[in-house]
Amino acid sequence: MMRRLTFPLGGIHPVERKGATRNSASANAIIPSRCIVPLQQHIGAPAESLVGKGDEIGEGMLIGQAKGFVSANIHAPVPGTVKEIKSIYLPNGVRTDAVVIELEGEFERLGKEESRRDWSGMDGPEILDIIRENGIVGMGGATFPTHVKFSLPKGRRCEYLILNGTECEPYLSADHRLMVERPAQLLEGLRIVEHLLQPDHVLIGIETNKPDAIAALQNAVNEAGVNYRVVPLKIKYPQGDEKQLIKAINGREVPSGGLPLEIGCVVSNAGTVHAIYEAVVLGRPLIDRLVTVSGGAIAKPANLKVRIGTPIGELINECGGFSRTPAKIITGGPMMGQTIYDLDIPVTKGTSGILALTEREVNAAPRTACIQCGRCVDACPIGIEPTKLFKLIDHFEYEDAVAHGLMDCRECGSCGYICPARIPLVQGMRIGKLMARKKKVPV
Amino acid sequence: MNEQVQITSSPQYHDRLSTAGIMWTVSACLVPATAWGVYVFGLRALWVVIASIAAAVASEYLAGLVLKRFTLADGSAVLTGLLIGMNMPPAVPFYIPVIASVFAILVVKWTFGGLGSNWMNPALAGRVFVFFSWTGPMTTWTMPRTLPVVDGFTSATYLGVVKTGATESAGATGGPLALLERVGFPRSNLDTVVTDWLNSALLEPLGIELPFGYVDPFIGNIPGSIGEISALLLLLGAVYLFARRIITWEISATYFLSFGLLTWIFGGLIHGGGAFTGDVLFHALSGGLMLAIFFMATDMATSPMTRKGLLIYGAGAGFLTFLIRTYGSFPEGASLAIILMNVFVPLINRATQPSRFGVQKVEEAES
Repeated sequence: MMRRLTFPLGGIHPVERKGATRNSASANAIIPSRCIVPLQQHIGAPAESLVGKGDEIGEGMLIGQAKGFVSANIHAPVPGTVKEIKSIYLPNGVRTDAVVIELEGEFERLGKEESRRDWSGMDGPEILDIIRENGIVGMGGATFPTHVKFSLPKGRRCEYLILNGTECEPYLSADHRLMVERPAQLLEGLRIVEHLLQPDHVLIGIETNKPDAIAALQNAVNEAGVNYRVVPLKIKYPQGDEKQLIKAINGREVPSGGLPLEIGCVVSNAGTVHAIYEAVVLGRPLIDRLVTVSGGAIAKPANLKVRIGTPIGELINECGGFSRTPAKIITGGPMMGQTIYDLDIPVTKGTSGILALTEREVNAAPRTACIQCGRCVDACPIGIEPTKLFKLIDHFEYEDAVAHGLMDCRECGSCGYICPARIPLVQGMRIGKLMARKKKVPV
Repeated sequence: MNEQVQITSSPQYHDRLSTAGIMWTVSACLVPATAWGVYVFGLRALWVVIASIAAAVASEYLAGLVLKRFTLADGSAVLTGLLIGMNMPPAVPFYIPVIASVFAILVVKWTFGGLGSNWMNPALAGRVFVFFSWTGPMTTWTMPRTLPVVDGFTSATYLGVVKTGATESAGATGGPLALLERVGFPRSNLDTVVTDWLNSALLEPLGIELPFGYVDPFIGNIPGSIGEISALLLLLGAVYLFARRIITWEISATYFLSFGLLTWIFGGLIHGGGAFTGDVLFHALSGGLMLAIFFMATDMATSPMTRKGLLIYGAGAGFLTFLIRTYGSFPEGASLAIILMNVFVPLINRATQPSRFGVQKVEEAES
């Protein structure tokens, strides 16, 4: 057997617990009677609201206009009436306006057959336009506007297009189900991106804990008769980070502070590529996504196709509510996700999972002094020494911290997961980065 | 709204291991070897261990009172006390382990800031401190009750006998086991029986013959410190720690390799043999080597941070242990060797910083 590829430096094997949902086929979530659609669901400038209180809107209608290049359009996930536009907090602490829609009227798309568009005659700018208009952002969690990522600057060429099917976050299996259930659509999405970026190679990276997804995509590749390579990767967190994925799959290393495009690579998440398929082929804006609802406190874990703006509490209810007392409610995965306390917070384009973890699963322990065990150094995939940086930041030595690689930190959480002293290392890195930027420490 | 849930920065869940978990598990893994010591040396040994632990815990509590930081629950003080107790001769006067523990916790550990901030292994420093202060009682040994009584034989450790023997004869001694034989060191019946059985059942077909005298130190039928004598039980504890990934293989492996290799090559010379005649098995099983390799050198606070650093650290400790044991004036070398290597840890850390992702290549391209 071939030696499985993975990235060489650091990485950990967090407890996976994907079993609760990996074999449960995705189902459509109940359409909520009230959607809360934030105007900021992406990295960049918030969209500008195009609607006001009392407006009647249709399914998929543009309700938020991207402001500037690095921004993304927002569409109405359901038909209905705008009840109000209110200011809400997102899980990451960002305050944004949100359009509250009360469900009413008829769905234009739901349950109806959609006509296919032929994209083979389209040129690059045309496809890019469709991606931009339909508000597509990176759905792995970073939510960077996809049209910006795919706009190659002059003099840059995409040599490798890499589909990110690693889904290395524990508990989550939404991408996994997507790959198993819709391989043909995913592949067509990938062909559209290939048509747009004209790469030399197209690679599909999937971790070996998803053998059915590997088989499904290999099968789709064979059927389509394209020259794409499905690459099974050894399980290791954070392989889904694009820098680690590139290193694992073709050995190239994104320079510190640089972007994948500098070494000729573009990585796109499976969910994003599927959204591109829907936008280009079906003319469908990004108004829903697959979400894994799981964790030890959830009665019936499931993968649900959810309309953007659905309050998280409704999804939890749909999954049977809490079977045990949750210690933490998380949007995203347990490694990089955010805790919430307000169940009215809506699902956004970047919400890959809703988790409710019990006290036992969290494995909290009293914080102690650093015992110099070196586990964080061993775990760090970018080769910085988290405990040393934490101490520097703790002593306000931001310049020293930056010199030791602080700004390279991906906040993947490997160090914080493994730390027996439960030192909030990642939080420390975030504070350090914030302060270094505030104080304009040269990188 | 749910007022019960925790709001925290990511990562949202953690590995099972915690500081307290590590300390208590290591302590638990030392219990069998300590219990064996109590069994062969009598209940007094238990009181020595209890006195060490009690003094360590009391010192930790005192430091906590002064600094308003109560850290007894993390288990590190109990572990230090236990290690000190294990490193005491069974008949030692009680004030010695007490002083060793107080010195370890108050001077070595807390003057530098407590858990994780000490740069020297507290248990070893405590032991070495009392060893040099009260050399007499610290080198007075008791025969285990499982060995036959030989009239006129004063108790000494294996390594003590070998050291004196090699120094006095300054010539061909035929190796450490022959030396022991010559001074009439008692051997248990069990050793004879087990060695016979091993030879006839397992080793004969392979063409190897195991000499008598290795089974006693393997099981722990030898004089020595309370917790260091049973190589078998210490190994079992270590295997569990490896399985739980509480200790990693690097230090133990390079420690043993460098010590074993040097002993094999040069260890025979002081016995009048040629190069490559050293008795590695004898040295591995006697003295405090097992305890040192798996439980002392692997102390996290006083060993390097990186894997590469751990390899260097282990190799250095092995080298120094060999030097002291073979050429130094003490029969035992592990404690001193590890303490000396503790001093080099900051240097090793500096020299073995991990290579940063995406950085090396940029520099190469620029130069």
